[in-house]
Amino acid sequence: MYFSFSLLGDAIVSGLLLGGFYAGVTIGVSISFGMLDIVNIAHPAFIILGSYCAYVANSVFGVDPIVASLMLSPLFYLLGAGIYQVYHVSFERRGDGGLRGLAFFFGLLFITEVLLVLVFGVDYRLVRAVYIGPSLHFGAIELPLRLLVPCLASLAMIGGLQLFLSRTFLGRAILAVAQDAGALRLMAADPVRIKRIAFALSIATASVGGAILIVIQPVEPSLGREYIGRVFAIAVLGGLGSFGGTVVAAMVLGIMESLTATFYGPSWSPAVAFGFLLLALAVKPAGMFGR
Amino acid sequence: MSGTLLEVTGLAKRFGGFVALDGIDLAVGAGERVGLIGPNGSGKSTFVNCLSGTLRNEAGQVRFDGRPLDGLAAHRRTRLGLARSFQLPRPFLSLTVGENLRIPIEYVVHARGRGRIDVESRCAELLEMVGLAGRTDELPAGLTQVEMRKLELARAMAAEPKLLIADEAMAGLSHQEVDDILALLLQLNDRGVTIIMIEHIMRAVMHFSQRLVVLVAGRKIADGLPDEVIRNPEVERAYLGE
Amino acid sequence: MRGFPFFLVCLAVAAAVFLAARLTNNGYVFFAGYVVLQYVVMAVGWNILGGYTGYVNFGTAGFFALGAYCTVALEKLVPLPLPVVMLAGGVVSGALGLGMGYLTLRLRGAFFSIATLAMAVVAQTFMVNWPFVGGSAGAFVIRPETAEYFGIDYIRYLFLLMLGLCVIVIAVARLIERSRLGDGFAAIRDDELAAEASGVPTLRLKLFATALSGMFLGMAGAPLPFYVTYLDPPSAFSLAYAVNTIAMPLIGGTASWPGPLIGAVLIATLQQVATVTISSAVNLLIVGLVLVGFVIAAPRGIIGWFGLDRRARAHPRRLAVGRT
Repeated sequence: MYFSFSLLGDAIVSGLLLGGFYAGVTIGVSISFGMLDIVNIAHPAFIILGSYCAYVANSVFGVDPIVASLMLSPLFYLLGAGIYQVYHVSFERRGDGGLRGLAFFFGLLFITEVLLVLVFGVDYRLVRAVYIGPSLHFGAIELPLRLLVPCLASLAMIGGLQLFLSRTFLGRAILAVAQDAGALRLMAADPVRIKRIAFALSIATASVGGAILIVIQPVEPSLGREYIGRVFAIAVLGGLGSFGGTVVAAMVLGIMESLTATFYGPSWSPAVAFGFLLLALAVKPAGMFGR
Repeated sequence: MSGTLLEVTGLAKRFGGFVALDGIDLAVGAGERVGLIGPNGSGKSTFVNCLSGTLRNEAGQVRFDGRPLDGLAAHRRTRLGLARSFQLPRPFLSLTVGENLRIPIEYVVHARGRGRIDVESRCAELLEMVGLAGRTDELPAGLTQVEMRKLELARAMAAEPKLLIADEAMAGLSHQEVDDILALLLQLNDRGVTIIMIEHIMRAVMHFSQRLVVLVAGRKIADGLPDEVIRNPEVERAYLGE
Repeated sequence: MRGFPFFLVCLAVAAAVFLAARLTNNGYVFFAGYVVLQYVVMAVGWNILGGYTGYVNFGTAGFFALGAYCTVALEKLVPLPLPVVMLAGGVVSGALGLGMGYLTLRLRGAFFSIATLAMAVVAQTFMVNWPFVGGSAGAFVIRPETAEYFGIDYIRYLFLLMLGLCVIVIAVARLIERSRLGDGFAAIRDDELAAEASGVPTLRLKLFATALSGMFLGMAGAPLPFYVTYLDPPSAFSLAYAVNTIAMPLIGGTASWPGPLIGAVLIATLQQVATVTISSAVNLLIVGLVLVGFVIAAPRGIIGWFGLDRRARAHPRRLAVGRT
């Protein structure tokens, strides 16, 4: 193992940038799993769907992938609203969110992945943008724009969502439904409608998440699976539903992965996320019957 | 025979910064009928959960039948003879009424290793006792509210406990139904089961309890004869406001 | 022994299946049949945890591949008879289940499910980074022409072993359903808090179910290297195993062993027939769609249509209880 401080510094900086990006792909899960208690394990598959949408917009129409993902996010919002409606009617209302609800999302994960394979094949796809390639330099520290732009886009999205949740009536209703659906009904707001909006928002973030993913690395349909461990580890360790916690946890994981990749080799980084996930589960203080 | 069955000393439980229970002391004698009251959020349910092992208390000790319960899982406490019913009935929905009762018979009575009993006739006996005779093969989803409460009590009784903690077994029931459950609990006590009743319905608590304990904001503020306790100015203040 | 007559019936059915396969005198029947039997073991084994206790294992491919890689490693270290190797694979996968369960089963079921999903990815990472079992390049395993002691064609031997494993897993599943253990599992599935209050040692039971279920998944994977003769991480850890193994019990019905059996025979057979005509991707897409369709529209699965799920549980045991 080769060690130097400049290597360490670079690893930490790129880990922070990577973490900012991880926060962006996790934030949807923080909403659906953390706030709404819906175990949407298909979220990473929707992220990959977002990547392919950005890829098509970029390669066919030459649109910037992140701009394209913002334009496409309403479509993801509608997809999310539709999925929630099916989930609510078929599982949530029947009180059957466990076995069958999980199998439902697992099925969606799988269907999305196979559809992408059928349409695009299993080759890696990538996008073109001006910020892929050059780097900013601050003294000895190198900031690759390929990492910096996704990190900033992700943090901007999370900041925007945080503002929406804390400043608007609808946002506060979502926070309330996360606490107690019954109390919300007393406020004459329909919790099902509020949850549908929140879940749809969580899927809409997958559009942007997918675009920043394909900026950072080439994408193939099964890549989403690698992100399942990551996003749930971050969401759990970030305190389920706390945006600030999500960003911090994401950065910690980013740094740990980056250090592992630098000093042990990149093929080990998925194992880091898993260790992180088990750690997250092991240190969770709310025992067996807590969340 | 009339020794102390349950002895709680300095029991404390926090949720984050919120102090749910703040040093509770309580002794319950064998065969006693104790009522536990308190406003919403006073810590009654947390207290029950700490006694039954669903939650871990941070400080204090619970002794039951002469032995400390610290760190014992809920199922071990049930086997020692400390049973509880839930505030909202929680039947096993995919099992029949009879199968619901079979779980504690198999896992508590048989697990105690004092010989096996005939499951079928014991189920019938329990159902007869709570007034659900002949309903063995039905699914719980088809039961009414009050029947669910009865099943809940029957399941707790199937474990043949020494102490039964009845957590709001009557909330939301009609006058007549409250009397039914009350008669059932008194009958159980007659057979030697010690009972702690957590209840909001004052009529029921006053009728049932030999002793009344009041929790307010995680503290025990009164403990004594029911008639004296409800005249206690501190209790009045807690219930009626300043 | 209440289960013994049933075990004999299973053996008789298995013998009939083997003889019928021989009568066709067609090598492909054994080759395709092996896959169907493998899925029967996986689906019934998965259902011991998933169907009976309600804890969803998404990491099937991880347990299965671990069994297969165990065979590859043992083959290089000490060549043993295949049944022993299968047992070893089962023990390793069962231990993995126990370890995962110990870390995550105290938490809500969703955490366990997520952890199993992540586990499969990590197990794959380990195999990719482990040159001894072939690493990312994969490993070749030589399939003998005939089985040592039986003197039959090796594919037929594999078929026979998997058939035997089917009998064992079905007998075990049925035994659980009719025992105190099955009642405890059902109580856990319905309401864990109430189960614990009724004296059920929930953690111990869940650990047992996870280990047993993982063991069967590993044993089902152990003969795979001899069947495919070339094993690499992407094929051993294919998500198809996880999807099929979840889809089969949910389509057949999770309440009782006939459910996963029917689901596995139906879907695996259709897949074996369909791979001739349509691509494997389309094949899996159909399984995914049928799975989603069933969980939405037919939550009790095929056996629910015939009311087999409830009667299978309640009726015979009532007789058994009456006899004591």
